[in-house]
Amino acid sequence: MQNQNDDIRAALLRKSRSSKLERRGKFISWLCIAIIVVVVFAIFGFVAYRGLSTFFGTKVTLWNFLSKTAWAPGTTDASGVPKVGALPMIVGSFGVTLLSALLATPFAIGAAIFMTEISPRWGGKILQPVIDLLVGIPSVVYGFIGLSVVVPLIRHVFGGTGFGILAGTFVLFVMILPTVTSMTVSALRAVPRNYRQASLALGATRWQTIYKVVLRAATPGILTGIVFGMARAFGEALAVQMVIGNAALLPQNLISPASTLTSVLTSGIGNTVMGSLENNALWSLALLLLLMSLAFNLITRWIGKRGAMK
Amino acid sequence: MTAKRADKIATIILDVIAGVIVLILASLLGYILVRGLPEVSWHFLTSPSKAFSSGGGIGIQLFNSFYLLLLSMLISLPLAMGAGIYLAEYSKPSFATDFVRTAIEILSSLPSVVVGLFGFLVFVLQFQIGFSILSGALTLTVFNLPLLTRNIEDALRQVDFAQREAGLALGLSRWETVLRIVIPEALPGIISGVVLSAGRVFGEAAALIYTAGQSAPALNFADWNPASISSPLSPMRPAETLAVHIWKINSEGIQPDASAVSAGASAVLILAVLLFNFAARFLGNKLHKKITAG
Repeated sequence: MQNQNDDIRAALLRKSRSSKLERRGKFISWLCIAIIVVVVFAIFGFVAYRGLSTFFGTKVTLWNFLSKTAWAPGTTDASGVPKVGALPMIVGSFGVTLLSALLATPFAIGAAIFMTEISPRWGGKILQPVIDLLVGIPSVVYGFIGLSVVVPLIRHVFGGTGFGILAGTFVLFVMILPTVTSMTVSALRAVPRNYRQASLALGATRWQTIYKVVLRAATPGILTGIVFGMARAFGEALAVQMVIGNAALLPQNLISPASTLTSVLTSGIGNTVMGSLENNALWSLALLLLLMSLAFNLITRWIGKRGAMK
Repeated sequence: MTAKRADKIATIILDVIAGVIVLILASLLGYILVRGLPEVSWHFLTSPSKAFSSGGGIGIQLFNSFYLLLLSMLISLPLAMGAGIYLAEYSKPSFATDFVRTAIEILSSLPSVVVGLFGFLVFVLQFQIGFSILSGALTLTVFNLPLLTRNIEDALRQVDFAQREAGLALGLSRWETVLRIVIPEALPGIISGVVLSAGRVFGEAAALIYTAGQSAPALNFADWNPASISSPLSPMRPAETLAVHIWKINSEGIQPDASAVSAGASAVLILAVLLFNFAARFLGNKLHKKITAG
């Protein structure tokens, strides 16, 4: 009798096959998430560790790194401090980023208004696929076109070598245009229809409605799109590296050869010895790049929060 | 200026902007195809590249691109699937979930060159895998995971909640419900997400130059033993992909026909990416019709 009761008790308490499967499945999927989070931390950890070692045990200070203009990490200046002035690259990166965003913004907003307000039919049929295709073109192809069309054109029109910030700006303009456009489109679509109806009912023309009502209501979304585009431009490496001229000098004008954080990284990291100061200085640039991408992320979050409160 | 005239002028300006954008794409595609397609021949697609003389092809690079794509998808798809399932089915709104989402968002916004450098540091140097297909595939996995995870999560969330209730009411566990009911229903969305990310991976170069390497050693296409270093299947050999090849010959190449080769290679790359885009749309629609009997 006792024995039989025990059997029943054991059978009732035993986990079913389903329940075991459920636990295992949940654990596996949790593990996948954990791997992704660990990878994110590892990226920050490794790059920060490498990047910060420039500043420990050497005479290089953070201020030197950010403000000096001489970039030749293998050599030292008169007072024995290695020449790791990253200012030319910082100026180059911000230069191409801001200029291309400045150029792309009016086009992106114009195209988005065309797609949502003026002609949704043509917008959906032609402009939308065009934008999708532009996103899909690999960045090396943009770089190749920049090298074989944009650079000779600039050389022809303005003189000089043609390589420089202007060429980088044009290439990045086309690269970030689709990103900014599609985010602006979703921002404009999110504006409630009755806003437009109310404005039109007051006797406003279509342009007045767009300019005074729709665009203002969609401002946070549009700003997010622009910052996203800037983040993409800031981090783009190969297309820029191919057209910017790769001279670690403070750019004198828009058509003199310059360099960006990414271009110095791609051309330099293979030519330096791991652990040397030359190499560590490059990792400091990578760390700067990482922090900037984090900053762009924070800005979009901040805009999103401010926009949501209204 | 009256309001009506301003309206007319604004409309014209907007039309012009839309036209300019279409023109930009048309001239980009036109330029690449007109310059590139005449270079593309069977010989160009199959013969190995030449470093110093003209007449080189892109055969090995093309094979490397596809093989690398396949390997990185084999690694990233199960991971992204698991992560997507967790986020869509198991996660509850909490601080930890928010944190995970933020981490994924940050990962997706990292510049690909930073991901490439991380791969170089960890896979190539730390794990001592060297410049190889395996290092490249692992790096591309890092690059691909966040977007693929988000695609899969979105696809799973599109599935009607009643489907899950039905599964649970039949006595299935949640895991079984996900596997047998939710995933088949979400399959079209998942597949178009996978194909789209394949296009992105196929054209990626910045993450690969310091992980999969910039050289394409000769391959012996008669040797299919993955352990042999000259075999096309060997994951331990350095492998320059098509996108890296275009960058390489344009920035430091000394072939006399560098621009012709890169035009041809760009045309092939663009056609492949376009193919991925159309395939994503076509497969998604087709599968959806088949599964929903619509």
